[in-house]
Amino acid sequence: MDFGYFFELFLGGLTRGSIYALLALGYTMVYGIIELINFAHGEIYMIGAFTALIVTGVLTLMGWNKIAILILASLAAVVYSSAYGYTAEKIAYKPLRNAPRLSALISAIGVSLFLQNYVLLAQTSDFLPFPNLIPEFEFLKPVEDIVRSSEIVIYATTAVVMVALTILIKFTRIGKAMRATAQDQKMARLVGVDVDRVISITFIIGSATAALGGVLIASHIGQINFYIGFIAGIKAFVAAVLGGIGSMPGAVLGSLVLGWTESFFTGYISSDYEDVFAFIFLVLILIFRPSGILGRKDTDKV
Amino acid sequence: MSPALEVSNLTMDFGGLRALDSIDLTVNHGEIVALIGPNGAGKTTFFNCITGIYNPTAGDMRLVSPEGKAVRINGLKPNQVTENGMARTFQNIRLFQNMTVLENVMIGRHCRLRAGIPGAVFRPPRVRKEESRLIEDSYRMLQKVGLEKYVNEFAKNLPYGAQRRLEIARAMATEPFILLLDEPAAGMNTQETKELDELILRIRNEEGICILLIEHDMKLVMSLSDRIYVVDYGRKIAEGTPGQIKNDPAVIKAYLGEDIDA
Amino acid sequence: MFNVKELKKSILVSLWFMFLTFPIMVIKVNTIYGKVEWRWYRMALVGVGSFFLSFVWRALLRRKEMGLKKAEEGQEVKVPLTRKLISDKRFNRPALVVVCLFALLFPLVFSLYQVNIMTTALIYVVVGLGLNIVVGLAGLLDLGYVAFYAVGAYSYALLNYHFGLGFWTVLPIGAGLAMLFGILLGFPVLRLRGDYLAIVTLGFGEIIRIILENWNEFSFGPSGIANIPRPGFFGIQMNLHQVHIYIYYLMIGMTVFTIFVVRRLQDSRIGRAWMALREDEVACQAMGIDKTKTKLSAFALGATWAGMGGVVFAAKTTFINPASFTIWESIIILCIVVLGGMGSIVGVICGALVLILLPEYLRAFSEYRMLMFGAALIIMMVFRPGGIISDVRKVYHFEGLKEESKDL
Ligand SMILES: Nc1ncnc2c1ncn2[C@@H]1O[C@H](COP(=O)(O)OP(=O)(O)O)[C@@H](O)[C@H]1O
Ligand SMILES: [Mg+2]
Repeated sequence: MDFGYFFELFLGGLTRGSIYALLALGYTMVYGIIELINFAHGEIYMIGAFTALIVTGVLTLMGWNKIAILILASLAAVVYSSAYGYTAEKIAYKPLRNAPRLSALISAIGVSLFLQNYVLLAQTSDFLPFPNLIPEFEFLKPVEDIVRSSEIVIYATTAVVMVALTILIKFTRIGKAMRATAQDQKMARLVGVDVDRVISITFIIGSATAALGGVLIASHIGQINFYIGFIAGIKAFVAAVLGGIGSMPGAVLGSLVLGWTESFFTGYISSDYEDVFAFIFLVLILIFRPSGILGRKDTDKV
Repeated sequence: MSPALEVSNLTMDFGGLRALDSIDLTVNHGEIVALIGPNGAGKTTFFNCITGIYNPTAGDMRLVSPEGKAVRINGLKPNQVTENGMARTFQNIRLFQNMTVLENVMIGRHCRLRAGIPGAVFRPPRVRKEESRLIEDSYRMLQKVGLEKYVNEFAKNLPYGAQRRLEIARAMATEPFILLLDEPAAGMNTQETKELDELILRIRNEEGICILLIEHDMKLVMSLSDRIYVVDYGRKIAEGTPGQIKNDPAVIKAYLGEDIDA
Repeated sequence: MFNVKELKKSILVSLWFMFLTFPIMVIKVNTIYGKVEWRWYRMALVGVGSFFLSFVWRALLRRKEMGLKKAEEGQEVKVPLTRKLISDKRFNRPALVVVCLFALLFPLVFSLYQVNIMTTALIYVVVGLGLNIVVGLAGLLDLGYVAFYAVGAYSYALLNYHFGLGFWTVLPIGAGLAMLFGILLGFPVLRLRGDYLAIVTLGFGEIIRIILENWNEFSFGPSGIANIPRPGFFGIQMNLHQVHIYIYYLMIGMTVFTIFVVRRLQDSRIGRAWMALREDEVACQAMGIDKTKTKLSAFALGATWAGMGGVVFAAKTTFINPASFTIWESIIILCIVVLGGMGSIVGVICGALVLILLPEYLRAFSEYRMLMFGAALIIMMVFRPGGIISDVRKVYHFEGLKEESKDL
């Protein structure tokens, strides 16, 4: 076996997995709290990438320096994705808090469809080139043909985000409020948690994380269009389910497993069926172990 | 007296919580038995276990029909339990809200009928007859519980007390020999409770259906039941006739402050 | 209504949306020529639009809340006009006659182009009614419905290509194959909870599409299959014009057949079980209904109808490729069911006609079609989960019984 090739695929899988993870974290958080499959999560990520692209384009033409552009573009992506996530929740999900679960899911599909076509109509349906915002680090020169610096940045960002979110959930006031809301909304409200605010914040954090993923993957791959969110979103959902939906380490683990599977399969066998994996995984996992790798098994209360 | 439902050593764990701890319970044909205990004692969990909605950790459950046919109901699906002659109502009303009152009762009879998809599409005489009998019988059932004036209303538009009675009618439509009622009087006023009392007695006396009843209204429990089981924290703490239960020190302790000899 | 507080709210909303849509609506970067287009007029549009819409939105929300409160207090809920009209014999009989006459005379009055559009709409009516069994009656959200449609279409295309089988032979075969697929898929997935089921069916739909796209030896890949023959009529030769009209009448026949079957199912033992399942799974099982079997029957029957629709689709367009069977096609069909009114036959028919015909006739709109569908899904879920025309339940009369059973 050619070890170099194996290693390349391994790193490729790690990159994919890390991006899925940034999205899957948002899915898992929202699901953990209001049990909604936020079908539009991928679109939030796409909006982040588009915002970054627009900001980059404008600033590049104004002749700004690359680092400043990177920072401002990421910031704009995070701000705008969060704003869209927040607004979508207020308009399409909040009025359905007490409605059957499927109503909220259909509404989320509506949001997804709307945002995709909104970007398609307001911008373009073509693939747009996305500049590589991440600088080539000098100290990575020696390993340059094995791992690109954008990949290193992706790993690092995912790791930092995951640690930060874990700390947030475990140790802060808002984290506690989130856990309380996830356990039992009614009880949380009774003990004085502002449930609406907690849910809004969850959407904002999830969307911000997705935006980071959007910027990173766009500058890594080099092009975006209005449709990138859909497949990425579905895959991230699969990753979240694979790891055990509601569990944050599970989301990261599931994402990595999916990333590696895709990478090795396309590398060794065939690239035709790359996208089928996520779905096959999804089907198998949901049928044989719906609680995922790290999830707990619950009995539904009757 | 022959047993209709025999439960022995029933145990149910939720993660670390032991919601039921080796409960033994028997309901005989012709009896009205009450299962009481403070909130969270595990009464509803007991119903859920014996009707196949939860899968109990341990225990043995048997149904014996009036004809003497015994069935072990461990591991059966809820619909199989119902087919074997045990029907129930729910504490938090679970009617089919967007269907009419009559349709709710008709659903109850589902498991006693046979018509399938081809029957529905071609409507041979056999199916037509089955359907018209079903409609008549369901209407009679509504008359029995006094809901005939609501026959074409949506279930969700019924007053609260009527919804509880509809739950009973729907369960009765499955033609059970044992009926489980989970807090049927909850949220009813005195007049409605009195009517309910009469209804339960009629079900036992006229239809020959035995009843296991969870209820917090002690007046109702004491007047109706032949025997009472008391549970607390998942354990059976007492068992006996209403007279014995009223004076049981363990029961008085569990219900500290509550009025049980009302 | 128009007090200062409301005004302030709307101004805030409008500012928020101007901010929100600013980069994507206003700025367009042309990287090739290195130019930035600033489209400020759009910001003004968004501002004014959201200002007024926010009033409407809040008014609608208030109306909905009032309705809910009334229902909770047990007050009489007003029966919607549409429902009254539909269940009123004096209205619905003549209406039915008019609709039938219109449908029958349509090809004689309108051009071939119109007839073709109407045929397409009718195909959507039929598959919509099929999905309505699954989603509207049984409450199973199936996002991979189009996969069964694809099974039907490809069965006809392939069986014809390899074995020269004709339309009428394949129609039942395609329906049967789709049903078989429905059962095979349904078995493992129907145990899942509603929202998981939705995602898994979506997954299945995509798997089938991806396979069709990549397995060239089997399905001819993305280039698809062309020259699929149109349906025959006892071997009579027809010119193009006649064939289109023939297909139109064929679809009318199929629509009538579908309505007949779905109507009978709705008021049957099985149909009631489906609805009970939709209303409350736990209670449904506790009433003695076998959950798996009941779900499977709905799922398989829905698939059968999609398969039939697929065969006709292939025969009508004479060309199919995987691009016709994307997830968005499933979602359009779902829109039809949701918008029209889940569970209601008239609703689904209206939904299909509105959603398919409107974009065809309002060409200016057709670009915005999917955008509107998305918005429609949200608005319907938030304000009228029951659809435009909500379900009408059968009313039974017992004058005779009341007397004779007084003494019971
Ligand atoms: N599905 C479940 N998962 C976890 N705990 C449960 C579940 N159902 C019931 N319980 C717990 O079991 C205990 C008994 O509840 P329940 O049977 O509803 O009490 P009762 O009906 O006597 O008021 C409670 O502590 C409740 O929280
Ligand atoms: Mg209880």
